[in-house]
Amino acid sequence: MGKNIVTRISFWFSRLALLPALLLICNTVTAQEKVEMADTMRSNGKIYIVVAVCVTILVGLFIYVMSIDRKIKKMEKEKTDF
Amino acid sequence: MNKSWWKILSFVLLLYTVICGFLLDVPRLPILNETIRNLYFHVCMWFAMMILFIVSFVYSIKYLRGFDYRNDIFAHNFASVGCIMGILGYATGIIWVSVTWVTDQGQSLGSVLKEPKLIGAAIALLIYGAYFVLRGSFTDIDKRARISAVYNIFAFAMLFPSIWIIPRLVGSLHPGAPGSDSGNPALDKNDMDAGMRAVFYPAVIGWTLLGAWIATLRIRIELLRDKKLLHG
Repeated sequence: MGKNIVTRISFWFSRLALLPALLLICNTVTAQEKVEMADTMRSNGKIYIVVAVCVTILVGLFIYVMSIDRKIKKMEKEKTDF
Repeated sequence: MNKSWWKILSFVLLLYTVICGFLLDVPRLPILNETIRNLYFHVCMWFAMMILFIVSFVYSIKYLRGFDYRNDIFAHNFASVGCIMGILGYATGIIWVSVTWVTDQGQSLGSVLKEPKLIGAAIALLIYGAYFVLRGSFTDIDKRARISAVYNIFAFAMLFPSIWIIPRLVGSLHPGAPGSDSGNPALDKNDMDAGMRAVFYPAVIGWTLLGAWIATLRIRIELLRDKKLLHG
């Protein structure tokens, strides 16, 4: 019987020990929720427009660099001086 | 395009950077908020700069070993594209600073100007700036190549102390500075999660390859121009 009480008490103590940990987790969760991110842009899909704009710029830049590369290649083949 | 596989790789990696860099989830952190995504662009500029400067340094040593004029052209152009990356890193940093440090952290202009990482990076870029001034001041090409190769080695020796070592010794506003948990000013490893790393490292490679591509274009133009000089 005595043993039973001890196990019960230790059981409840272990629960109590968990409580601060639980509170901490809740706290961090709420703290995380407060951090503002571009959730609206994500929910209404406007972030995709930003991505599209940046991809367009990137593609344009690469096409430009590629065209310069081709021009130089042509000059190298012609072996002409400047 | 010659030897184009790495140019295509650069394009694919940067496409991946832009798409995943904007769409994937990032850690929700106060003050930083969505600007943590600047890691894929601002920090990559500095990484690309450092790698291009390393390449330039190697070519300077190669020049001094055999006095092949070609290596001098390589060293010069890799350094100049590295500087452009550094300037872009500065320019993007200014925008980031004005939001996260000045507006959100309430830092004064004075404390931002005292930021050791900024001063260190400025010193490094100015040393490389002097490299171009030095090159421009010679009329004799052999002398120019030799002295600027030696100077480039000196500039490289100053690069890492000024942008990595000194900012670690003193306090910095950059995340991860001494005083905060991780001792790495500029890049707090605790702020990044695995998902961010999966975008960041390819981004570094992509931007570096783009820089290398532009450098090779400049090199090829210079080689064409100096063809008479090189082949008699």
